[in-house]
Amino acid sequence: MSKEQLMVAALENGSVIDHIPTDKLFTIVKLLELDKFSEPVFIGNNLDSQIMSRKGLIKVANKFLNEKEISKLAVVCPNIRLTVIKNFEVVEKREIGLPETLSDIVKCPNPVCITNNEPMKTVFYVERHNYIHQMFPYEHELNEQDNAKLKCRYCGKEVDLKEIKLK
Amino acid sequence: MENRSIVSIADYSKTQIKTLLDMASEFEKYPNRELLKGKVVATLFFEPSTRTRLSFETAANRLGARVIGFTDPKVTSSSKGETLKDTIKMVSNYADVIVMRHKLEGAALYASEVTDVPIINAGDGSNLHPSQTMLDLYSIYKTQGTLNNLNIYMVGDLKYGRTVHSLLMSMRKYHPTFHFISPKELEMPEEYKFYCKHNDVKYVEQRDFNEDTIADADILYMTRVQRERFTDLMEYERVKDAYILRADMLTKCKDNMKILHPLPRVNEIEYDVDDSKHAYYFEQAQNGLYAREALICQTLGITLNDIKNDKTIIK
Ligand SMILES: [Zn+2]
Repeated sequence: MSKEQLMVAALENGSVIDHIPTDKLFTIVKLLELDKFSEPVFIGNNLDSQIMSRKGLIKVANKFLNEKEISKLAVVCPNIRLTVIKNFEVVEKREIGLPETLSDIVKCPNPVCITNNEPMKTVFYVERHNYIHQMFPYEHELNEQDNAKLKCRYCGKEVDLKEIKLK
Repeated sequence: MENRSIVSIADYSKTQIKTLLDMASEFEKYPNRELLKGKVVATLFFEPSTRTRLSFETAANRLGARVIGFTDPKVTSSSKGETLKDTIKMVSNYADVIVMRHKLEGAALYASEVTDVPIINAGDGSNLHPSQTMLDLYSIYKTQGTLNNLNIYMVGDLKYGRTVHSLLMSMRKYHPTFHFISPKELEMPEEYKFYCKHNDVKYVEQRDFNEDTIADADILYMTRVQRERFTDLMEYERVKDAYILRADMLTKCKDNMKILHPLPRVNEIEYDVDDSKHAYYFEQAQNGLYAREALICQTLGITLNDIKNDKTIIK
């Protein structure tokens, strides 16, 4: 067993967030407000990975992510893996993908959009059918994050996932 | 109850559009009725637009409804910080339908989500404006006898002109061929050209505007070329007179060709065109009344049959 697996196995109750791009690790720490968390938190970066060259990993005791937090993670970096541990056992393991709709997760970049001028929830639709593939059909290499766009329900503005700001 | 608001008609089916056109046509025959007697129509113009407001209020009045509302945001509490939601909630206690115009994009959709009273979008930011689109469609339908397979020429400011964008989108199901005639700086944005390709709509882009380039048009849709739209004023000076329609440019055009313009015009249509049988922009504005009568009735659940069998017609 590798050291990393030992660390995971040592968690009695909590969450493991794995396959984090190394440049996103601290964004996620901030997003989940782990810097203010009082329970044990293990943060590892530049770890060896079989599917990416290097990765980040977060283990946090006695914290279970709610849907809103999971959606935010998906927006910041799609395709990370979430493992939920209860009584030393893995009870759930999943790749976090983008949901169809993001409710009150991200801000609209359009300053004259009603959502930026009224106390209300934002709604964005994730558009996967894509624009980019139709315009450049030979670019198969693009991954989900590169070509996913979000469309504001209210003003209709489309934004690249990479340019999005969380609410 | 289902929400009967009309925020956008871009996704209306051909059947739904046809019903609205037929309703407008009935109202053109008999515009004065008491079909809406006892109803209250609110017109909330958070952003002023005298033409649109007068047209909606006339439509409501001619159908026998009473009209309440405001036009200047400064006189209402929205300038004191009241939210749009609270204003809509308050007016919902008084009105059977709310016609609203707002400078923020998506305002009408949001308003329709916070009340059960139907909302009619009379313009929100650069978003779609269904009543202008309906009156354009009605004008085209009435003058050409069909919406199908027409050559529609759009001239002038195709970049910022939201009426041409709405018209383009709502015509997509009718196999039009568009010609986009504009200066380089005001050409049709990529997203709408992509929209055409995506929906198999043919289009041609042209820079030259003269009697030969418009000879095949069924509809010539003129827009204003405004100085403030140009980043390069030299460019403005160079092109400002290139997109003006004069009567002597109509010698080769098709017999059925009609000239539309959302009005008000500045100088893009010379006054000598007004006497031409092709000029249709004043009738087009008049058609706005019938189109708006249709939209108001639609939101109140009044059907084409109700309108045909209407016993309240004032002859
Ligand atoms: Zn927006």
